[in-house]
Amino acid sequence: MPMPNNTTAASTRKQKGAGAKSTKAASRKKDEEEGVEMVDGLDEAPVKPKDQLELSEAELKEEITRILTANNPFAPQNIVRYSFKERSYKSTSVVDQMAVHFVLEGNLLHQDSDEARRLRAKEGLFEETTVVDAEAEPEEEEPETPATPVEDGGDMEETGEDDRPDSVASKTDKKEPKLTNQFNFSERASQTLNNSLRDRCCQTEPPPRVTFSDTANQWKTYDMYEMETEKQEKNKDKQNATPKKENDNSKKKMMLIETQSDTITKVLKPAKILERMCNQNICDDIAQDFKYFEDVSDEFRDQKGTLLPLWKFHYEKAKLSVTALCWNKKYQDLFAVGMGSYDFSKQGHGMLVFYSLKNSAFPEYIYPTSSGILCLDIHELHSHLVAVGFYDGCVAVYNLKEEGQEPVYKSTAKTGKHTDPVWQVQWQNDDMDNNHNFYSVSSDGRVVSWTLVKNELVFTDIIRLSLNGAVSEGPEAVHEPIVVGGTSFDFHKHIDYLFLVGTEVGQIYKCSKAYSTQFLETYEAHSMAVDAVKWNHFHPKVFISCSSDWTIKIWDHTINSPMFTFDLNSAVGDFAWSPYSSTVFAAVTTDRTVHVFDLSVNKDQALCQQTVVSKKKTKLTHIDFNPVYPIIIVGDDQSCVTSLKLSPNLRRTPKGKKRQELPKGPETEVAKMEQLLRLLREPDPTTV
Amino acid sequence: MAGTGEGKKEEPDYKKLFNFPLIRHTDMPEEMKVETMELCVTACEKFETNNESAAKMIKESMDKKFGSSWHVVIGEDFGFEITHEAKNLLYMFYGGRLAICVWRCS
Repeated sequence: MPMPNNTTAASTRKQKGAGAKSTKAASRKKDEEEGVEMVDGLDEAPVKPKDQLELSEAELKEEITRILTANNPFAPQNIVRYSFKERSYKSTSVVDQMAVHFVLEGNLLHQDSDEARRLRAKEGLFEETTVVDAEAEPEEEEPETPATPVEDGGDMEETGEDDRPDSVASKTDKKEPKLTNQFNFSERASQTLNNSLRDRCCQTEPPPRVTFSDTANQWKTYDMYEMETEKQEKNKDKQNATPKKENDNSKKKMMLIETQSDTITKVLKPAKILERMCNQNICDDIAQDFKYFEDVSDEFRDQKGTLLPLWKFHYEKAKLSVTALCWNKKYQDLFAVGMGSYDFSKQGHGMLVFYSLKNSAFPEYIYPTSSGILCLDIHELHSHLVAVGFYDGCVAVYNLKEEGQEPVYKSTAKTGKHTDPVWQVQWQNDDMDNNHNFYSVSSDGRVVSWTLVKNELVFTDIIRLSLNGAVSEGPEAVHEPIVVGGTSFDFHKHIDYLFLVGTEVGQIYKCSKAYSTQFLETYEAHSMAVDAVKWNHFHPKVFISCSSDWTIKIWDHTINSPMFTFDLNSAVGDFAWSPYSSTVFAAVTTDRTVHVFDLSVNKDQALCQQTVVSKKKTKLTHIDFNPVYPIIIVGDDQSCVTSLKLSPNLRRTPKGKKRQELPKGPETEVAKMEQLLRLLREPDPTTV
Repeated sequence: MAGTGEGKKEEPDYKKLFNFPLIRHTDMPEEMKVETMELCVTACEKFETNNESAAKMIKESMDKKFGSSWHVVIGEDFGFEITHEAKNLLYMFYGGRLAICVWRCS
């Protein structure tokens, strides 16, 4: 542009030539030069800068128009931007021409906005205390605020002034609206159900009261004191004499404690007595018969007798045969029953049961065993010791005094039990060391002596049974005895070492405890097993054997052949000598009959043959006489024991020729027997 | 007569001899009985001439030890008929002449 050049040229001229005054003139000149150059040229020869354009007059007259616009000289005239949408450069036609010269951030509020209202309300609260200050404040604010808001501030001030008296007046009238936060906080409350209350009251029982009355006199006091001094003197004497008293007291204390602690055992004894009483009341007639009944009709029966059935002892829990019976020598109403089974195929458990005549309903003692019992024996002196032989070959000793169901001693395979059923056991006298001992015989051919040494059962083989004369077929021709089983034995009442053994094959051996290999004698007794062999209680030489070959034979042990033989038409299970007579014995057979014989009365026939059991299938297995009372017990294979009373005919004692009672005693019995034997030894055509 | 006279003279000696406490009747438990008896003996020895104070002492001690409402009578010659709580009665003699009755009844 030429103008700037002129000015610059002018300025430079001035700077070169003149001072401050000349600048004004230069500027005036500049202005003039714009309009009319010629004038200047005329007045003075205009000083032309060297770089001034040389223009023609026509060009100098040309009017150049200038336009003054409000455009922002610094704003760009055309902006080109790349548009990603259209993928090309685009020019924006309209460019913002605003230039901001000054910005001031203000803190003004519109009077109708929420915030302003809130502030106003607050200001209203302070109005009372700071009225003057509030009026002063808006005046100060006035000059500060820029032009346009001044009016608003003034308006606010006025409205504030109006509001203030209003707010003062209204403050007392209405409450402030509650401020809530932007989360819309809300309150919740609830009340649970209270349990209903209940009144309870209680009155305890007052402690019991007792009335008491007495008189306190001088004489009473004196008397009491006298008594007391006497007692004390007695006590002193006792204390000096026996220090045992304390022991007694302690023992009493012990007993008290025991009885207190166990109330059941307290009742046990009375209960037992009651039970017996009840049973005896029920079987009152039987008890009366047992004591007093004597069959009067015996007089007419011409030496025959009868057996009156008394109590029946039946233990339901045992479905076993009665295999052994034994009376207790000391308590003569107590007897033991061993239960088991004779049947080889039906072997199970067994039971040892003790009954008392005083209580026929239930046993006194019950001992269940694992194996069937075959034999038992009660010690003569120590009647609480019972020896038992089992089907499995064991022997055991029970102590009735001890609690518990187990035997105190029992033999095991290690301690030498038999390998076959034990058929008989019998107690012996105490040996030299005062140990109890008993013998047992079994089908394994051994007769064993068992000794009770402290806690053990020690066995000693006494003898091995074998068939005499058996020869083995070996080249060495050594006598190898064939073992034969023993089924019964009996020890002599007086000669301690002598005993008899009956075998399975029917032989009876007379043995001695001293000789273990040899027999003293052999009797060819029966054709079948010898079920029982028993010495006579009185006569030292006589014994009886009975067998399943239906016979009973009476022997004198010095003679090899039997003296009497009785054929009973049925297998004989057992027999027993009577304790009161040497010539009376009873036997039971499998056809439910009891045979009672009295040799002094009738040598050939039984005095009494009576069936004692009702059921046809029952077999009688054992019999035993009571040592004192005239009753016998008979066991059968239905686990029932029947007691029978012997009628008078069966227990007759020999009467003297002059109707005098001969002295009772073993001597008479022996004499009786001896008489019989004498008869037999002499050849008698009547006996066969 | 002379015998009775001598007997009377002997009486005070006897009473001296009878110094031990003698329980005439009681249904108290053993421990309680022993304690009460000792208490009575102590009280009587302390207040030999004054029965009332002795009785007071006994009653207060019994109330403290065993609970409320005890009654005590001490004397030489009296008859009585009382209702007492079970197991709370002691009737004893002491010193050859005194009779003490202690019972509880609330």
